[in-house]
Amino acid sequence: MKLVTAVIKPHKWEDVREALETFGVAGMTVSEVSGYGRQKGHTEVYRGAEYDIALVPKIRIEIVVEDSDAGDIVDIIVKTAQTGRIGDGKVWVMPVDSVVRVRTGDKDEAAL
Amino acid sequence: MDTGYHAWMLVSASFVLMMTTPALALFYGGMSRSKSVLNMMMMSFSSVGIVGIVYVLWGYSMSYSTNEAGESTSVLGLFANPFEWFGLEGYDPSGYIGVGFQLTFAVITAALISGAVADRLKFSAWVLFLPLWVTFSYFPLAHMVWGGGLLSGEEESLAAWMFGVTDGMASVAPVDYAGGTVVHINAGVAGLILALMLGKRLGFGKEPIKPHNLPLTMIGAGLLWLGWYGFNVGSIVFPADGTEESNALFIAETGLVWLNTTVAAAAAVVGWMVVEKIRHGKATSLGAASGVVAGLVAITPACGALSPIGAIILGLVSGALCALAVGLKYKFGYDDALDVVGVHLVGGLVGTVGIGFLATSGGLFYGDGAKLLVVQVVIALFAMLWSAVFTFLVALLVKAVIGLRVDEEAEIEGVDFSEHGETAYDFGTAVGRGRSLVGNTTTDKVKEGASA
Repeated sequence: MKLVTAVIKPHKWEDVREALETFGVAGMTVSEVSGYGRQKGHTEVYRGAEYDIALVPKIRIEIVVEDSDAGDIVDIIVKTAQTGRIGDGKVWVMPVDSVVRVRTGDKDEAAL
Repeated sequence: MDTGYHAWMLVSASFVLMMTTPALALFYGGMSRSKSVLNMMMMSFSSVGIVGIVYVLWGYSMSYSTNEAGESTSVLGLFANPFEWFGLEGYDPSGYIGVGFQLTFAVITAALISGAVADRLKFSAWVLFLPLWVTFSYFPLAHMVWGGGLLSGEEESLAAWMFGVTDGMASVAPVDYAGGTVVHINAGVAGLILALMLGKRLGFGKEPIKPHNLPLTMIGAGLLWLGWYGFNVGSIVFPADGTEESNALFIAETGLVWLNTTVAAAAAVVGWMVVEKIRHGKATSLGAASGVVAGLVAITPACGALSPIGAIILGLVSGALCALAVGLKYKFGYDDALDVVGVHLVGGLVGTVGIGFLATSGGLFYGDGAKLLVVQVVIALFAMLWSAVFTFLVALLVKAVIGLRVDEEAEIEGVDFSEHGETAYDFGTAVGRGRSLVGNTTTDKVKEGASA
């Protein structure tokens, strides 16, 4: 099993959610996060004073999937979240040792 | 007696009161940080509370009182006898509407200063500063400019001393329609002096100190604009003779002042936005809200002396200059938190001095020479000097008695909590509103209290 984590631009969230649902992803965890990458945030101006805002808002999506699906899911996220402009985000995949469904006690693949 | 006029004056007085609460409270409150918004608003509310009382006790008397023979009780043209109509005893109640109107001017002028001291002034220091400052800086200047004192057009004024007297009045009378010197220059200088004496906020110039709610600021600016019609249009004196000719003149002047107030504010919004677009690539909401105020400040002394075209020019200049001036605090290193200096002092100077250029009667651009310009510069300088000296002395006294600044811990925590024991916003915690993650101690205490 794999954990796919994606950090994307907030306005792309609806597109990504639809694409993943169409693919058949049953569930995911989504959070509003902030951070920065190579672009280093942005600048805001208040009455002529410039403030460097280091952290910009992003959406983080976490999905635990079977090994065989991980590659497709990564491709779907990259395709739908891509704008080609700086700050589009990152997707990464990590191995997952075990999963338990809290309601039933089902383990691993059965719990997905 | 004209009932329509007096009805309008009651409305005007209420409009000007609205400029302090809620307009200025919202304008400043939105610009401050979330940990000091209540304190910011409390400084406006306390100005209504304290200056309102002081004004009735000795403020009006100190600005305008005359003796039983109807002669001014002026002391050297600087202020009138504070005890002549103490608590309005001996004053004709038919003039109470006028007292109320003037009261609201004192209230908002004092409240304007609070923008310079955001986040760090002790609330007790502010409460003590208010009555002292209006007594030593506002009431004397109101007397000097509007009460027939040194900065008016009377025979015993600076203007008369400079350019002579015609028919018992100064040949070149200074113009301050609704408070360029008394209100805006006075508040702007006081803000500067206090900001210098208090020192910078912790983190000023190093970390972002952003406005916490710009919609509040924009609502406040909009309400200020509305209230300003009471401020300016209410300042027209109704002709006592009641002839058809003077009535027509009154109506014409009312329309002119309303229009000038409107177009100056409109032009200043444009002026401020253009400067921002050129300098930073974007016109901001805070800039538009600030432009409104910058234009209104500048047109305040000038609204009866200019043509609408003159008002547009004055507004554009004021919007652009104030937009440039708010950056001065970073250059010179004084922390005028919400730009009382950049907007009110600079805007007040633009308006007061601009009259010398743009007045349709007496202005340099209208071929009437530079005498009015000289007079306007002199009254502006005198007002600045007076305000600077007495603000400094009053603040020194307050500092000696209770101190000016909160301690470092209180400032970091926020003056809302340290000075008032309150916080403006409560969004609850992540898991359950107001509940602790480890044990329900809060809930348990409430239950115990309920059963006891």
